[in-house]
Amino acid sequence: MLKVKDILAGNQRSGARMIRLIEDNDPNVFELLKELYSHACHAFIIGITGSPGVGKSTLIDALISEFRKLDLTVAVIAVDPTSPFSGGAILGDRLRMQRHATDKGVFIRSMASRGQKGGLSRATKDAAIILDAMGYEIIIIETVGAGQADFDITSLAHSTGIVTIPGTGDGIQAVKAGILETGDVFIVNKSDKPDADASVYELQMMISMRKLLETDWTPRVLKTIAQNGTGVKELANAFLFHFDFMKKNSLMDQKRKEQELLYFKTILKDLTLEKLLLFMETSEEYREVLKKIQSCAIDPLSAAELVFNKVCAFEKKLIKDEI
Amino acid sequence: METTNKIRVLIAKPGLDGHDKGAKIVALALRDAGYEVIYSGLHQTLDQIIQTASQEAVDVIGLSIMSGAHLPICEKLIAMMKEQGLNEIRLTVGGVIPYQDIPKLKEMGVAAVFPGGTSFEEITKGMNSLIER
Repeated sequence: MLKVKDILAGNQRSGARMIRLIEDNDPNVFELLKELYSHACHAFIIGITGSPGVGKSTLIDALISEFRKLDLTVAVIAVDPTSPFSGGAILGDRLRMQRHATDKGVFIRSMASRGQKGGLSRATKDAAIILDAMGYEIIIIETVGAGQADFDITSLAHSTGIVTIPGTGDGIQAVKAGILETGDVFIVNKSDKPDADASVYELQMMISMRKLLETDWTPRVLKTIAQNGTGVKELANAFLFHFDFMKKNSLMDQKRKEQELLYFKTILKDLTLEKLLLFMETSEEYREVLKKIQSCAIDPLSAAELVFNKVCAFEKKLIKDEI
Repeated sequence: METTNKIRVLIAKPGLDGHDKGAKIVALALRDAGYEVIYSGLHQTLDQIIQTASQEAVDVIGLSIMSGAHLPICEKLIAMMKEQGLNEIRLTVGGVIPYQDIPKLKEMGVAAVFPGGTSFEEITKGMNSLIER
């Protein structure tokens, strides 16, 4: 049986099992999560994103070492894609981080995206709450190998690092809308390859063209070679510096508030959808509407409107019954 | 939301043997059967395997062993699993396992053995039956 106090005490087994229940949509875990929520406000959450194969996992492996040298405890959530065909997944991110598996100050959890678009899984936010409540000081979230429009991580991380490699495109790639607008730290990894400096220059150009206020954070661009750790100490420091900067300029509070609203809206959507699905499964009226659509007795637009009104009425009746 | 139980499996290679093609192919077959497979890579110590299984909250550990050391490895790992309270995790073993050793492994507490030559169908069927039990 899972207990709040075990999780607050940092018990890895309890934390791991609670994350599992969240992933599996266990109905009993909602109450537990509510109790933990107020305890989850201490960790610094770093997002690491970028295209497949740029070295995100290897970079995180090296980052863990740097943060551990500073005596900070670290939790990692590494998300890999779920197969749209079988529903299965190969979670191979932690393969690059296995040297930290037995360090008690490190917790690594692989997660499959389970159909969610945007680079994360539905359970990632809740898992971060659990890890924060367990007392981890740094939480690193590795997204699925990301495309230009996958930036859900910014609704969860306090600082987002975008990893790229030399030779990925000219200046126009760097100024496009999308993921590149969301980075707080840019990392040109595998920087021993040719054209690393050109990549750094393009990114710096992009940043210098932004209109930034004095109280705004100016994104950093750093070169790393994750495989041998070159530049990773500087990267760890850049994240910590960003954290301090946000705290000093009350950007952290602002960010927390924005993210809290987003989280609330997501939960509200989930709960509403749950009610809708229940209605669709159980209601005779709903089956009637389906038949009418099939026999062209009603058009899909009017039908959707009708069902929506019925769901609202259904919900009202439920509330009345409870009272 | 409806509950969406997925089976989570850790595929791990303990010790010094460096042949991981089999482990990777089994991982792929399990993915195609709808499992979430955590692949730990080569040269894992038993402590690493225990910690990984615990942090990842897996249902099954699948060891791939080609070195001939399956008996002592499994004996030690089962003892460690008990010590750590990982009672609900099932241990399975594949690789180069002589048939006469299978009863010994089962007696120790290994839930299923899939020696070289076992078809993917048999492996997924075997895994499924472990979870259903």
